[in-house]
Amino acid sequence: MRLQFILSEIGLGLRRNLSMTVSVILVTFVSLTFVGAAGLLQVQIGQMKDEWYDKVEVTIYLCPDGSEQPTCAGGLASDEQIETLRTELESDALEPYVEQVYFESQEQAFASFQERFADEAWAQGVTADQMQASFRIALDDPEQYQVVAEMFTGRQGVEMVRDPRAVVEPLILVMNRGSLVAAGLAAVMLLAAVLLITTTIRLSAMSRRRETGIMRLVGASNLFIQLPFMLEGAIAATIGAALSVAGLWFGVRYLVEDWLADSVSFIDYIGTEAVWTIAPVLLVIAIGLAAISSVVTLSRYTKV
Amino acid sequence: MIRFENVTKVYARGARPALDAIDLEVERGEFVFLVGASGSGKSTFLRLVLREERPTAGRVFVAGRDLSTLSTWKVPHLRRQIGAVFQDFRLLPNKTVFENVAFALQVIGKPKHHIMTTVPDTLELVGLGGKERRRPHELSGGEQQRVAIARAFVNRPSILLADEPTGNLDPTTSVGIMRLLDRINRTGTTVVMATHDDEIVDQMRKRVVELDHGQMVRDQSRGVYGSTR
Repeated sequence: MRLQFILSEIGLGLRRNLSMTVSVILVTFVSLTFVGAAGLLQVQIGQMKDEWYDKVEVTIYLCPDGSEQPTCAGGLASDEQIETLRTELESDALEPYVEQVYFESQEQAFASFQERFADEAWAQGVTADQMQASFRIALDDPEQYQVVAEMFTGRQGVEMVRDPRAVVEPLILVMNRGSLVAAGLAAVMLLAAVLLITTTIRLSAMSRRRETGIMRLVGASNLFIQLPFMLEGAIAATIGAALSVAGLWFGVRYLVEDWLADSVSFIDYIGTEAVWTIAPVLLVIAIGLAAISSVVTLSRYTKV
Repeated sequence: MIRFENVTKVYARGARPALDAIDLEVERGEFVFLVGASGSGKSTFLRLVLREERPTAGRVFVAGRDLSTLSTWKVPHLRRQIGAVFQDFRLLPNKTVFENVAFALQVIGKPKHHIMTTVPDTLELVGLGGKERRRPHELSGGEQQRVAIARAFVNRPSILLADEPTGNLDPTTSVGIMRLLDRINRTGTTVVMATHDDEIVDQMRKRVVELDHGQMVRDQSRGVYGSTR
């Protein structure tokens, strides 16, 4: 009886303020989509950091023939230069930073190149001479890559020192900024959502003043009087959250998994499963919004 | 049943008190008229009994409870023992007569079978048998007030408060409503009725409490409306 009665009251309220209900749904939808986008960007950033920082290795590219770098004026890096670099890499001074040093000769580089691009026609004309020998250095602490990079940049026989993070870091920076912007927009939209839900509940309470007045008079409990209003807000917000989860899912499915993954393939992208991990968070935020709005409004408009 | 101990109510700081040091006791099963001009404090008295207001000073006891120490969440339980009727009926226009009365039981969580038996009985008692499906606007003023009384009485409260229940009704209809209130009083329900209607008070010959500018100027058993006129 009680449940049925409360449910019918909720249905009545939702229908009576249909346009307000729809606007609450839309505002929570948009705001939570921003929250979700910010969250997904952070997940992606974390995943990229995990992927790239784990296997981070500084690569010292040795001079090939005909390089235009000033340090390569002597042409192909000589065995002597290579030996000097190797000794320094294995010296005590660098011992705390370097975990492992691996030398890749021109022939080895050529072999792995051949293997990687076996199917490409353009790769067939490349010879071993055009390959670069390199030192691959695995680091104890990836954060310390600068020490090694600075030490070997500009040395004779070294064409360049590269850290893969030099590529990823600007990308992560952009994504971090992006997620900050999304979070900022989300904050504004969430504020709008709270205000709108508050207004909706207030309108709903006003339009049912007669009913609530009688309820109070005949001794209905506070919870019983307020529950329909609270649930109205919560239901609208939950629908908004569900829509935003659906929106994010389609976004990830078609924008990231189908399109981005095809066009920019060197990054390991998040999949739709990431959407499911943040879905509960969005739901909790939605219900929290509704709860805050209800408490603020109802304590003022339907008190005993 | 209702006891006021030196009760004063001041709404705005510095204003004249709406009730000024009232001492009054209403016994179980009594019928009391509360008379006096507008602004004499009748409605304030009723609001204090319902605990819609708290006294500025003094103590109010209702059905054995001290309202000054009654916590807010227990107020609904207090109100379940009090029925209230008003001049403007306060019915829900989009609900039928039956639904209006049933509403009072639904919102305090009474089971359906209880509602299905109690509501028709109560409608029969107030003389609205056969009009369950009508809506308030299809009824006369007197009938609407009967619906309101049915709603106030359907939970069998021990106290019935009536704030000028005949204020919007013609004399003949008013007599019918008074008969009904009298019948309810005879079931053992304490009735406190605030009114301007001198004819009714004179006819009924019940206890009369007169308020004037918040002060109790008369408390007379089997009284009439205006001894001072």
